[in-house]
Parts: sequence; structure tokens; C-alpha cells
Amino acid sequence: MKFWDKNKRLICNLCFILLLFAVLVIIQYTAPSTSMWFSVIRKVCTFSLAAVAMNLLNGFTGLFSLGQAGFMLLGAYAYSIFTISSDMRTTVFRNYGDSVVTFCLPMVLALIIAGLVAAFFAFLIGLPVLRLKSDYLAIATLGFAEIVRGIVQLTQFGPVTNGPDPINNFTSPKNILVYAAIAGICISIIILLINSTYGRALKAIRDDEIAAEAMGINLAKHKQISFVISSFFCGIAGAMFAMCNSAVSAVSFTSAMTYQILLVVVIGGIGSISGSIIAAFIYYASSEWWLKFLDLETVTKTGTKIPLLGPGFRMVVFSVLIMIVVLFFRKGIMGTKEISVYDGIIKIKNLLCGKKEGAK
Amino acid sequence: MDNNVLHIENITMQFGGVVAVDNLTMDVNKGEIVALIGPNGAGKTTAFNAITGVYEPTNGAIYFNGNKVIENFPKGKMRKLYSGENNGLYKSSIVKTPDKLTKLGMARTFQNIRLFKSMTVFENVLTAKHIRRTSNLFTATFRFNFKEEARMRKETLELLKLVGLEDVKDELATSLPYGKQRKLEIARALATNPTLLLLDEPAAGMNPQETEELAEFISDIRKKFDITILLIEHHMNLVMDISDRIYVIEFGKLIANGLPSEIQSNQKVIDAYLGVVEEDE
Ligand SMILES: Nc1ncnc2c1ncn2[C@@H]1O[C@H](COP(=O)(O)OP(=O)(O)OP(=O)(O)O)[C@@H](O)[C@H]1O
Ligand SMILES: [Mg+2]
Repeated sequence: MKFWDKNKRLICNLCFILLLFAVLVIIQYTAPSTSMWFSVIRKVCTFSLAAVAMNLLNGFTGLFSLGQAGFMLLGAYAYSIFTISSDMRTTVFRNYGDSVVTFCLPMVLALIIAGLVAAFFAFLIGLPVLRLKSDYLAIATLGFAEIVRGIVQLTQFGPVTNGPDPINNFTSPKNILVYAAIAGICISIIILLINSTYGRALKAIRDDEIAAEAMGINLAKHKQISFVISSFFCGIAGAMFAMCNSAVSAVSFTSAMTYQILLVVVIGGIGSISGSIIAAFIYYASSEWWLKFLDLETVTKTGTKIPLLGPGFRMVVFSVLIMIVVLFFRKGIMGTKEISVYDGIIKIKNLLCGKKEGAK
Repeated sequence: MDNNVLHIENITMQFGGVVAVDNLTMDVNKGEIVALIGPNGAGKTTAFNAITGVYEPTNGAIYFNGNKVIENFPKGKMRKLYSGENNGLYKSSIVKTPDKLTKLGMARTFQNIRLFKSMTVFENVLTAKHIRRTSNLFTATFRFNFKEEARMRKETLELLKLVGLEDVKDELATSLPYGKQRKLEIARALATNPTLLLLDEPAAGMNPQETEELAEFISDIRKKFDITILLIEHHMNLVMDISDRIYVIEFGKLIANGLPSEIQSNQKVIDAYLGVVEEDE
């Protein structure tokens, strides 16, 4: 009984996650192959991870960085280069003879390499950049992302990055359970980190840098830790993005991608992991699916054209919706709280039984 | 001296043309409670910041437990601007960030309370235990350090019991009344296992009764934790009550030091404080 009391929230949440996973299994094996669920869930998993990684840095450490697209690009390229199937390699790299990487790694290994490459670059630029105050840090990391995007497209790097041409024919599974597993494992690790003694140190830095330093927390070291780990998982998210699209091309990793992730983080709540995940789902399900009909010119049975509906209208509605959400939920959907299934059940129970709260 | 904990030597802190701390020399010995007093704007907090590594002093040296931890001399623009004394006496530059000094055993509180505002009382103190960890990033993330984590939590709870904040341990730190927030800040500082505790106006904003309790509390923790205390305070009752020795500064300069009884009857001090002492009582 004591064990239950201590761990009831964790147990309930784990059960809930298992339930979610079961739903995904059902979707994977019963939904028709044309269902929108597939592409949406792949995207949601990818950007949940990216948003949670960004939240680790922006929400839990208080470092406002905008380099996400750059680190995702590095991860996407690293992943795709290392998993191109051997027989297609020369075709993909036809303009440059052959790739410098002449072997094909298993998916999991390539994912880890994708993370490590992003983490390595974060380590290099972190040393000088993390000394900057918040606005400058944002500009510097944004600049880094743009530079990376420019550099990988140079023909001089062709044998590695295929220059401006896209890379394709690499391992890109379509099973949504693969995406859910990768995102699930990575997010779990981030949650473990946040709740560890290091996570507390990061939150202390966010709350009050001067007090944190006076309590013996080495600011430079801990900021660097947060930055490198966040970038590591951004790299993996980038690899997942590559898997989603079955093709990698530098032009998709613009700063607009970073802003999308930032938007997801803000909508979900800066400093809430579950908020980021929920927001990623709402964001991508609406923009890619539920609101898609707004982009189609629709004619009713009587022959009149519904006004406004047409290409581009979806984004107008979507932007208005986002503004409404931000206005009504100043701190995002979740604020800095996390979902607790147990507390939710208790609340619903009290609501149904009605009296409980009053009878106390 | 063997039992010297803190030796401040000719410390000058100059901001642009303003000399906030002027050639200050102080000693704090093991087990003592030493007070640093002076009128508003005298440079007390600035002196604390120089000792704890928040500022690099412009000139002078600081020894902690017999080791030189800080030394500096006027450099760059300051070479021309410097208007303090002992120019040229110090030739090397040793700077340490606050976290390094905390690791060596200094801990402090702040004049304008700086708690971790998103955290509970318990988490505030627990976070300060991070400094004495033996786990690394990997072992901590994957909870191979569960024994250490459990120990940290146990010690935190004991500390909270000791300072009487156990009943509010799960409340948000910033939701506590002023007096308790100050106590919590002291508890958090103690959690880093210091040998020297620096308190910047611990009684600020407290009523006379709370102040009296605080005086007892400070004498108490000195005994229980076997530490040395340097404190800044405006409440003269508290200062005279618990200090072993007192340093008085005015406009950054040391104007007197000695036993409480000596300071009370020192004409220079009375002149500097003109009326302030009365007002406080
Ligand atoms: N960073 C800084 N830059 C410029 N001047 C400063 C700085 N910090 C402190 N000063 C100046 O140094 C002087 C001493 O300030 P300090 O805060 O140390 O006084 P104090 O003795 O702690 O006063 P109080 O009793 O009001 O807390 C003041 O005149 C202040 O304006
Ligand atoms: Mg002060």
C-alpha cells in the first residue's frame, strides 16, 4: 500500500502511455493505408521530440536559442548519409562520383550518430555562444543555423552532402510504431534528466542565475550540458524528419521550422513536457489534416461556391486559432505543469460524485 | 594565524570613478560571528560580492582558510582611473567564479532574497546539495545514483527540520512570509556544507520579535554546524547581541573595528550613524 501511495502518479501515467501505445498499434494494423493518421503521427512524433528538446533548453534552463533547424539539419544529413542503401549510392551521388561514406549502418546506430554530430557542433559553438545574454544567444544560434544550411549546399562538400541536390534512398521506415518508439525513448531520457539532480541545477539557473552560481552550480558547464543534450535530441528529431520525408534537402530546414517548434513549445507551455507533446499533436493534426479542407475550393450541391475557401486560407484560419490560443492561455495549455492521469481521474470522480468536495 | 578563516587584504572595488570599497582589510577567525556594519551605501554588499567572486576586486587579495583565492590589480582602463591605495602592491590576477568559492566552503545569502521561485521549499534546499554530488551526468540521469539521491533528500529533510521549515516543505518558496524566506535562504546556504557563512542583512524586513528569534537562530547554527559567520546588519540590537567583533565602514573605508562594547562607544561610529542607532531601537 505504501508503494502505491508513493508511486501512484507514475504508475497511472505509465499505464496511460501503454494505452496510447496500444492505440497506435491498433491504428498501425487496422487503419486503411490511405489514412491521414499515418503521416500525422509520424510528424507529431518527430516534432514532439524537437519541441521537448527545445523545451529542455528554453523552458528548463532559460536559454533562448533558435538554432533548432540547424541541428535538425545536421542530424538529418548525418542519418541519411550513413543509411543510403549501397546499390543506390552512386545513383544518388551521381554528380560527385560517389559518397565518401561507402557503407550502410543499421538505423539505430545511424540515429545515434545523427544525435552525436548535432551534439558535437553544439559543443563547439556552445563555448563562445553561451556566454551571450539571451537576445544575442538567440541571434547567434539563428545565424549558426543559416550558415550550416548554406554550407551543406556548397558543391565543394558534394561528396559528403550531395551539394544542393537532395539525398534519398536511405532507410526510412514508415511504421508509426518506430517513430513512437524513438520519440518515446528520447523523451523519457529527457524527463529522467530533468528530474535528476542535474535537472534541478538547470531549473535553478533558469530561476536565478546569480543564486544558482552562489549555490555552487557551475554556470558555463551546466549551460553547455543543456545545450549539447538538447542539440543531440534535435539531431535525432532531424533524422526522424528525414525518415518522414524519405528525402533530405537543406532547403526544408529554414528558420520557419525553428519558429514552428517554438510555437509548439509556447502553445504547450514553456517548461512543460506533456504540454509540448499535446501541442505538437494539436498543431500538426490541425495544420496537416483537420484544416486541410479549407484549402480546397468547394462547391455546394446548389452550385454556389463557398466564399473564402481556397489555397492559403487554411493558414489564415490556423494563425487566427493560434492567436486565440495564445490570448486565452497566456502560459500555454499546460503552463509549467505536467499531466497527471491520477489527479485527472480523481478530479473526474469527484465531479461525478458531486458531493465529495463539499462534504469534506 | 592558524585559525584564520577569511583574510581580506587591502581590497578596493572601484566602478568607473566610484570607489565603493576602499582599501578594506578584515579578518575573520574560526568560530567567530563577525559583523560588518555601516550606513546605507557604505559598500557592505559590494564587499560581500568581492569576497564571494561576484565582482573582481580592482585591487587587493583575499585568503580563505589560509589559501590565496583572489588577487587583482588595476588593469586596462582602470590603470589610469584607479584612485585607491596600494597601487602596485599586487602583481598577479587570480579570479574565481562564485561556484568555485562555494565549493571551497563559502556560502551566502542575498540582501534582496534570491530564492528559486519555481521550486518548493524542499527543492530549494535539495538543489543546493548538487554541489556535493559524486554522481556524473550519466549516472544521475539513469538513477544509478539512487543511494546518493536518497541521502540528499534525507539530509534536506533533516536540515528543514532543524531550521523549523519542515511543515511548509512542499509550499512554493516565494509563497512564504518574509521571515521564513530569509530562513530558507540560510538553510539553502547551509546545504552546501560551508565553513564560512556570509549573511547579507538577514533581519531586513523583520519585526522586533522575529529579529530576536533570528539572533538566537544564528548563534544556534554556528554551534550546530560548527561554522564561522560574517554578517551585514542594520539592526543594532542583533549585531551587539551576537557578534564577537564588529567592523564599521563608511564610504567604503574602514572607520572602526573591535568588540561590540568598544564600537558602541566609538565617537567616529556614533558620528557616522548619527541618529540611525536610535531609530533602530
Ligand atoms: N555594479 C555597480 N556599479 C556601480 N556602482 C555600484 C555598483 N554596485 C554598487 N555600487 C555603488 O557602491 C556603493 C555601495 O553600495 P552597496 O550596495 O555595497 O552598499 P551597502 O553598504 O550594501 O548599502 P545598503 O545598506 O543600502 O545595502 C553605492 O554607492 C552603489 O551605488
Ligand atoms: Mg547592501
